[in-house]
Amino acid sequence: MSRQLDRIGLVFVALLALAAILVPVLALATPEGSAFNIPPYLVQLFGKYLCYAILALALDLVWGYCGILSLGHGAFFALGGYAMGMYLMRQIGARGVYANPILPDFMVFLNWKALPVAWWGFNWFPYAMLLVVLAPGLLALAFGWFAFRSRVTGVYLSIITQAMTFALFKEFFRNDFGFGGNNGLTDFKDVLGFSLQSSSTKVALFSASAIALIAAYFVSRAIIGSKYGKALVAIRDAESRMRFLGYRVENYKLFAFVVSAVMAGIGGALYVPQVGIINPSEFAPANSIEAAIWVAVGGRGTLVGAAIGAIAVNFAKTWFTGVLPEFWLYGLGALFVLVTLFLPRGLLGLLLRPAREKAPTPETPALAIEEGADP
Amino acid sequence: MPVMPHVTRLLAALRLSTLAIVVVTLFAAVASGPARADALDDALALFLTDKFPDTQKAIGQLVAEAPPQAAAILDALGDNRLLIDPANRVVAYRTAAGAVVDAKTGAPVASADAFKKVRVNNALRAAIDGARGSLTLANPDPEKRLAAAADVFKSRDAKALPALKAQLAKESDPRVADALKLAVAAIVAGSDSTTPAERTAAIEALKARGDPDAANLIDAIGQKATEPEVKAAAESALTNVRTRLMFWGAAQSLWYGLSASSVLLLAAIGLAITFGVMGVINMAHGEMVMLGAYATYVVQSVLPPSLQGWSLAFAIPLAFIVAAVVGVAIERLIIRYLYSRPLETLLATWGVSLILQQTVRTLFGANNRQVSNPPFMSGALHVGGLEITMNRMWIIVLAILVFIGLQLVLRATRFGLQMRAVTQNRRMAAAMGISTARIDMFAFALGSGVAGIAGVALSQIDNVSPNLGQGYIIDSFMVVVFGGVGNLWGTALGALMIGVAGKILEPLIGAVQGQIVLLIVIILFIQKRPRGMFALKGRAVEA
Amino acid sequence: MTLAEDHNPTLTSSILYLDGISVSFDGYKALRELSLVLAPGEMRAIIGPNGAGKTTMMDVITGKTRPDEGEAMFDGKWDLTRLDEAEIATLGVGRKFQKPTVFENHTVEDNLLLSVKAPRGVRATLFARREPEVHETIDRILVTTRLKDHRGRVAGSLSHGQKQWLEIGMLLAQDPKLLLVDEPVAGMTDAETAATAELLREIAKSHSVVVVEHDMTFVRELDVKVTCLHEGAVLAEGTLDQVSADPRVVEVYLGR
Repeated sequence: MSRQLDRIGLVFVALLALAAILVPVLALATPEGSAFNIPPYLVQLFGKYLCYAILALALDLVWGYCGILSLGHGAFFALGGYAMGMYLMRQIGARGVYANPILPDFMVFLNWKALPVAWWGFNWFPYAMLLVVLAPGLLALAFGWFAFRSRVTGVYLSIITQAMTFALFKEFFRNDFGFGGNNGLTDFKDVLGFSLQSSSTKVALFSASAIALIAAYFVSRAIIGSKYGKALVAIRDAESRMRFLGYRVENYKLFAFVVSAVMAGIGGALYVPQVGIINPSEFAPANSIEAAIWVAVGGRGTLVGAAIGAIAVNFAKTWFTGVLPEFWLYGLGALFVLVTLFLPRGLLGLLLRPAREKAPTPETPALAIEEGADP
Repeated sequence: MPVMPHVTRLLAALRLSTLAIVVVTLFAAVASGPARADALDDALALFLTDKFPDTQKAIGQLVAEAPPQAAAILDALGDNRLLIDPANRVVAYRTAAGAVVDAKTGAPVASADAFKKVRVNNALRAAIDGARGSLTLANPDPEKRLAAAADVFKSRDAKALPALKAQLAKESDPRVADALKLAVAAIVAGSDSTTPAERTAAIEALKARGDPDAANLIDAIGQKATEPEVKAAAESALTNVRTRLMFWGAAQSLWYGLSASSVLLLAAIGLAITFGVMGVINMAHGEMVMLGAYATYVVQSVLPPSLQGWSLAFAIPLAFIVAAVVGVAIERLIIRYLYSRPLETLLATWGVSLILQQTVRTLFGANNRQVSNPPFMSGALHVGGLEITMNRMWIIVLAILVFIGLQLVLRATRFGLQMRAVTQNRRMAAAMGISTARIDMFAFALGSGVAGIAGVALSQIDNVSPNLGQGYIIDSFMVVVFGGVGNLWGTALGALMIGVAGKILEPLIGAVQGQIVLLIVIILFIQKRPRGMFALKGRAVEA
Repeated sequence: MTLAEDHNPTLTSSILYLDGISVSFDGYKALRELSLVLAPGEMRAIIGPNGAGKTTMMDVITGKTRPDEGEAMFDGKWDLTRLDEAEIATLGVGRKFQKPTVFENHTVEDNLLLSVKAPRGVRATLFARREPEVHETIDRILVTTRLKDHRGRVAGSLSHGQKQWLEIGMLLAQDPKLLLVDEPVAGMTDAETAATAELLREIAKSHSVVVVEHDMTFVRELDVKVTCLHEGAVLAEGTLDQVSADPRVVEVYLGR
């Protein structure tokens, strides 16, 4: 990682930290209507962007540094979100429409008599937070263990990750699966006793997201800067060479994949209380692949670029869908095409002077086997 | 007799509606002149005494003679609507509308004041119910008799038994006879007072029917029977029926699997070609399928009615051309610049798929479009317990034809030879003077065009919507992974295995879980055979 | 995988023992009952025309290709046919590829750092510290491979010859018991070739080495026992002069 990139990263982190402190002050301490006041809806909107940025950062860790283009990271994000959503659901208690102190509304509606085992303990915040980490982490562990040991790489891996999230997408749609089916989880009231409607909670969630993003950045930065990170990049560029050097490539990929999935899950957990709903559409393959374009727009293999890309693209999306709703998909489609064709190193690539004399990074080969070492 | 209040209410409603029909037929009958008016008069006279034994006799006569008015009279009697005026010797009944009409002529009665109700007791009610069933069973129209027998089979009303037997003795239509036997069997299964011979006969009849209902009834007879020979007969019949049911169930699953495989093959074979030649996945491949389906829709909307039967003959070439042109455009404008960057190709072509979907949404609207089946693709064929829908059968035929056509192109043309060469070793093929750029373009045209044809097929069984193609890219890719690139037989076998396995797993563990199991199997499969079942091996391809 | 029941003295005293190795790809026999024994500390040159099976042999030794039949033992006790690439590399088998394969986006120094003999586990690398010994090793190798002035350069920007040397340097950093070197002088100038030969002779003092090479001048400079492969089997073995005097070798190389 170049020194220049590090500097950009530090500036970005400093801005985030500033936002984490200033936004609460400006939103709460200034009178409504004053020039410095930030309306709660904006705080919430940018809080959402920050959660997307965490997802993008997580994706960049595996795609930018290990060549694993996961098209299923939205699944990890959504799993973290569901774990948080289940906690928020239990917090509703007897305030639901059916006023059942134990069962969430949808279960009463489905005529269920008892709380399913999967929901046990979710009224307890630490347990829910544990699951925010464990659910995506274990899925990534199981999936990665099979996939990386099988030496599935390149487009094979990408499509299989997409198939993974697609399967979950369908599974979560089923009412029988026990997570609210089509409607998902919603009508949340409060988190840790603070009402989700109050401005102070919204602002606190924003700051928490900013801090989580900063933490994710530093953790990723530390991983990438270590010898492990160097090995990861070496695996991206010449996987079989690393095997012949004695590295267990599958373990290296698995670690990065699991760390990345957990980060994505944390992003999802912070996302849910801010948007007030989690439903199966978060598992839709389109969501995951959209996250890949945030990373590509910002510049993959830069960490900070991925986060900036997520914020920029989502800001554009909000603006576009407000002004020209029917043209957003054209714009998004064009973004996919133009960035890959003309901006392979993303926005940050434009800023940075070419650190490498050799242009684009060699891609992982198309086929499932490792690249041949000799022609 | 009535079990639940809403059932009785339903029955009452049914009676009223039959009554209305009967009234109409009654008028018709009156107009054409009653055949045996004297028999009806005799029966009606018996009602006038209003004594239970006489009423019983009257019911018996009505059943025996079956005059056209009998049903209405019996209905009225059962509902306490049959009225008598012994003084004037008139029998009448109150209709559903409340009017009082003469039981014989159906003409309105001037004054209803002199009438009193005919009394009915429980024994009579049972007789009335039985009489009603036998009246329909004795209907001169065989279709009506068939329907009546089927009704009895469902209701299992033991009181219909005498009528069933009576009709069975004189039934001439073999279909109705079979239905009657089944109805008898159904009653026997539910009854405790039948002879062993009846039970054995019932088992035989049910065995011939051989559906899940029959299996349950045979089981019921077997449970009740005390005689060992009946028990044994029931047991063997049950095994027989269950085996047949399992066989037909498996055959039906297999058929569904074949149908799913044919669609998968059509969708995947184009992907196998482009992926084989260029090593990149075109995420907009599903949208080529979607375009093909919309081409079919357009053809059907512009063709004059006289040509609608031939719509597919126009749709297939149009779909091929539209999809091929779009495919070539994608290859020329985007994919060739991303060669050797397969992951970025995924993203760029995904962008294309978004644009294509939105374009179609803008042009045709977001709603589903209806595409109709031409006459030869409508309806279904029944083979034993198997239902074969014509549209799915023709899609299988289409898939086979497309497969043969592609094999011919690949095996027997110069272009096919060159394409296979590029698939196996691009660098070597280029060194031999093959223009790989041209081959890429043609491969894309061919692969996308075939996807367009897949769209025509899908339009016949699925809704035509802008998202039609989305679900197909993953499944198609799985087929290609299973089959390996560069060999269409592999693709066909892959499609067959995934299609059939999916449909076999579906009833066992559910569709979604089946898909997850398949996904895991495929990941494990890649570990064992990273290049599919029919892979090219050796150092050259590993470079 | 110890083979206690096998008391083959040739096997137990050898660093590399290949016996009756056969490999086929879709009917094409890349190796046919190839047998080869390398003593500890020995350097061996393998020659042979294209398609003789040289690279496939290397693939079998390093675990990339599983032989259909035959025995491949390392250091008298390790069954190479049952281990994967990483395990074999950890045992002490280093490989240099025909086409120089270095980590193009890493600096020369990082390339060597990744190669230096050290724990290869995820945890070990995640919390690895810069040990002074490691630095000394890297410095020494940079001197040996004449890349001292290029330590901070990105490997992708090196010349072809420099990449070859960097890769040999990576092998040295690995400190393997057995080095497999595939065409180390392909594309090198005469001066570079001579220097490479000198380097390999230096290395051979403390390691066992197998060199696959086409360049006869280079093989002569190595001055070691030569094995000639043809169609997947050993055709001749001996000094270069003996081998090149063998009429079958002449026939293979020159044709009838």
